[in-house]
Amino acid sequence: MKLIFEKSQAGRRAGELPRYELPSAGVPEELRRREAPRLPEIAEPEIVRHFTELSSRNFGIDTGFYPLGSCTMKYNPRVNERLAMLPGFRDLHPHQEEDAIQGALELMWRLQEALIEVSGLHACSLQPAAGSQGELTGLMLMRAYFADRGEADRRDTIITADTAHGTNPASVTMAGYKLAKVDTDARGNINLDHLRELVDERTAGLMLTNPSTLGLFDEHIEEIAGIFHKAGALLYYDGANLNAVCGISRPGDMGFDIVHINLHKTFSQPHGGGGPGGGPIVVRDRLEPFLPVPAVVQEGERFRLDYDRPKSIGKVRGFTGPFGVFVRSYAYIRSYGPRLREMSETAVLNANYLLARLREVYDLPYDRLCMHEFVLSARTLKREHGISALDVAKRLMDYGFHPPTIYFPLVVAEALMIEPTETEAKETLDAFAEAMIAIAREAREDPEVLRDAPHNRPVRRLDEVKAAKRAIVKYGFEEHLDLGDEPAQSRQLETQRGA
Amino acid sequence: MGYLSLTGRDREEMLAVIGVASVEELFRDIPEGVRFGRELDLEPALAEQELSRQLEELAARNVDTSKELSFLGAGMYDHYVPAVVDTVLQRGELLTAYTPYQPEMSQGVLQAIFEYQTAICELTGMDVSNASGYDGTTVAADACYVAKHATGRTNVVITEATNPQVRQVVKTYAPGFGLEIVEVPHRGGMTDPGELRRAAAEAACVIFQQPNFFGCLEPAPDLAAVANDAGAIAVAHVDPISLGVLEAPGAYGCGIAIGEGQSAGNYQSFAGPHYGFLAARNEFIRRMPGRIVGETVDTAGERGYVLTLQTREQHIRREKATSNITTNQTLLALAGLVHLSWLGPQGLKEVGETCMSLGEYAKGRLVDAGLELLFPERTTFKEFAVRVGRNAKEAIHDARAQGVHPGYALGRDYEGLDDAVLVAVTERRTPGDIDRLAEVLARR
Repeated sequence: MKLIFEKSQAGRRAGELPRYELPSAGVPEELRRREAPRLPEIAEPEIVRHFTELSSRNFGIDTGFYPLGSCTMKYNPRVNERLAMLPGFRDLHPHQEEDAIQGALELMWRLQEALIEVSGLHACSLQPAAGSQGELTGLMLMRAYFADRGEADRRDTIITADTAHGTNPASVTMAGYKLAKVDTDARGNINLDHLRELVDERTAGLMLTNPSTLGLFDEHIEEIAGIFHKAGALLYYDGANLNAVCGISRPGDMGFDIVHINLHKTFSQPHGGGGPGGGPIVVRDRLEPFLPVPAVVQEGERFRLDYDRPKSIGKVRGFTGPFGVFVRSYAYIRSYGPRLREMSETAVLNANYLLARLREVYDLPYDRLCMHEFVLSARTLKREHGISALDVAKRLMDYGFHPPTIYFPLVVAEALMIEPTETEAKETLDAFAEAMIAIAREAREDPEVLRDAPHNRPVRRLDEVKAAKRAIVKYGFEEHLDLGDEPAQSRQLETQRGA
Repeated sequence: MGYLSLTGRDREEMLAVIGVASVEELFRDIPEGVRFGRELDLEPALAEQELSRQLEELAARNVDTSKELSFLGAGMYDHYVPAVVDTVLQRGELLTAYTPYQPEMSQGVLQAIFEYQTAICELTGMDVSNASGYDGTTVAADACYVAKHATGRTNVVITEATNPQVRQVVKTYAPGFGLEIVEVPHRGGMTDPGELRRAAAEAACVIFQQPNFFGCLEPAPDLAAVANDAGAIAVAHVDPISLGVLEAPGAYGCGIAIGEGQSAGNYQSFAGPHYGFLAARNEFIRRMPGRIVGETVDTAGERGYVLTLQTREQHIRREKATSNITTNQTLLALAGLVHLSWLGPQGLKEVGETCMSLGEYAKGRLVDAGLELLFPERTTFKEFAVRVGRNAKEAIHDARAQGVHPGYALGRDYEGLDDAVLVAVTERRTPGDIDRLAEVLARR
């Protein structure tokens, strides 16, 4: 389909502005815009049609089943959208005086309290904009904590698991720490012997997802916490998989000191094709003085923003964080209350059911009950029929499903990481299982149909090598190249997709 | 309660297929010592209409810009958001999608991001834009990280007339990046290029805001030239809604353009979610943080879009990535694209002109009312600072008792400016609204 810029006609427009009889104000010649930006010139009906057509070429959780592992693609309640658009929330300015933002502060304070309870820790900052920013904030807190104890120069290393999300090592580097990686053992737990070798007086902390990206709860979590705390180091909990354990096991009780929570995963903020998200962090009491400013605090019946935190790391984002996300997540938590436990139990039940239906058909590298997600492998299909995880993923599209996360975690060859979430009906899980089983059969009987998949999406497989090589990252107007003149190939990189 | 779909019978059948007797048993790998032994101490579950009522009550306790005539700005603005923005953002196929990892399932979002990148490049005069950053503060930290690696230098110069929150966030990130931050004071609401030159000698980048935090126009081409002469990257922090009337940073020598996108397409929403934008010259393309969408073709030769240059990113490069960013603000950036498409080049220019002429009208009315402009010599865009002849916080409080919020107390961030209010005038304020502001603040 055409780009909106290709639909542009000189002189056409949509929006009109009120006109006032006021003298025009001059911009000094040297600061004045010389060439107008070539924004689309398009009438309003065509704008609506353009974006409606774009939406028809996209697949969301509203469209169908979206078992993208580690992304927790659950239903996003519509009432939350309506509530976030209440004028008292939507049209509220963050610099409004304190007496005029009491409702907003109370909502944030209540959300903090709920996240503290779910985490089993003591203090919360809602400021980080996403999980990865929560991670970075958590590492900044570690640095500030050790600086306060005079240990910052000595403690320069953070340990992550080889199953970790890529954000963990990337955050370690951005925070100015060195990285050490610990292996996974044959049961999918952290290799404790390896861990003991790595932890020493230079260790600042551990970053861990539990349940891990394999969907497995680490059976030695108490020993792991003991090793770090004995060494005077801290434990960071990557909350990407919190949806498995709400009300069942709390990160604070596991021994973690800092937690981030992905509000767009566990607490249903719609992810909007890439964002927004929310990455609040919750910490043990000894880390509270270092949290970002301002803090939202309660005093009697009133709520206020507290900037008087001399040990604070500072601000990691503007103002107090993505408030609209807080409205949706708070509403989600209130719609479950203590029955968040039932939410997590159902997520785990759904995942184990799918696992039970698929375990005979695909390879299962770690044969245990899973938590909210599980990782299969297509390595036998690859070896025997030349069918990769990528082919399986593309063929699933023909059956009307979004593919799982593939090629992640890195410790599993031809990984298919499946997270159904709690909101799916049994019929949906059954239909997905039937599709996966049919695809495994097709791999043996008619592998070409998989290699050519998908067959009924708006595009066929795309040439990713060409995209990276040519790096056409914006419309070029008159000079825009037509890549269709060059021979197209199916070159899709077998790299992580999802999580 | 909640949004679960399983019936009791479903659960029984599923447990049988799994081969366990109870849901409890599914959690047998969790050590006893870390199992949570009680019920979560949360308020009971609410039905949808109870939930609505509770949140409506909280919302009603806030004083939003529909209840009070507001001239608040200082980084967040009450610009008009057209209805088409709401319409597009509520399309479930876009709203409820994850990051477009599977391009065949995600052509809608991918093409929208490609169009957004094009719009940002057109506004800023840059070659490449990412798919968005968290907000207008974090993109400044991102720019510092790019500059450090591109130049090998460890100093960042930022003007004091840049939004205080942007400076605070850069300072929070700096220790981890191994960067020192140097601030250059303003002189009468503007940055002095000579003074900037002395600070910029060894800088990785020079960050300035145009229009600056006081609403004043900086001599931006001169500031960029100072940075370039010093071998530093010139980074302009710009307001997208100003770029129909103000020159594009790319046209006066900047290497990177960043900004808060809220002005274009996002409600104030108590500061988020919004989007930050980051665009750069081609030479920095492989150092860019965040997602970038590129054009390609499929096996049938049809045009399509994919996430590209992913070897920069955390999921491939891990500890060697150019950034840890994963989730961004795609939906809010999409709102920006829709708003900018609705305005078009002519509409964008008119919004800028309207803000400026309303601002000039407001300055005139306030001077007539006996107030003094803080920086009377300066040209301003949609914001300006005025002395209210008394403590600004008190003046604001008193004005609010008359239903008018006159703006932001600059003394919160700048010493010696306790009597100054930063007044923002967007196209949503009318001359009548401004007359009312002057009446409330009048000194005679």
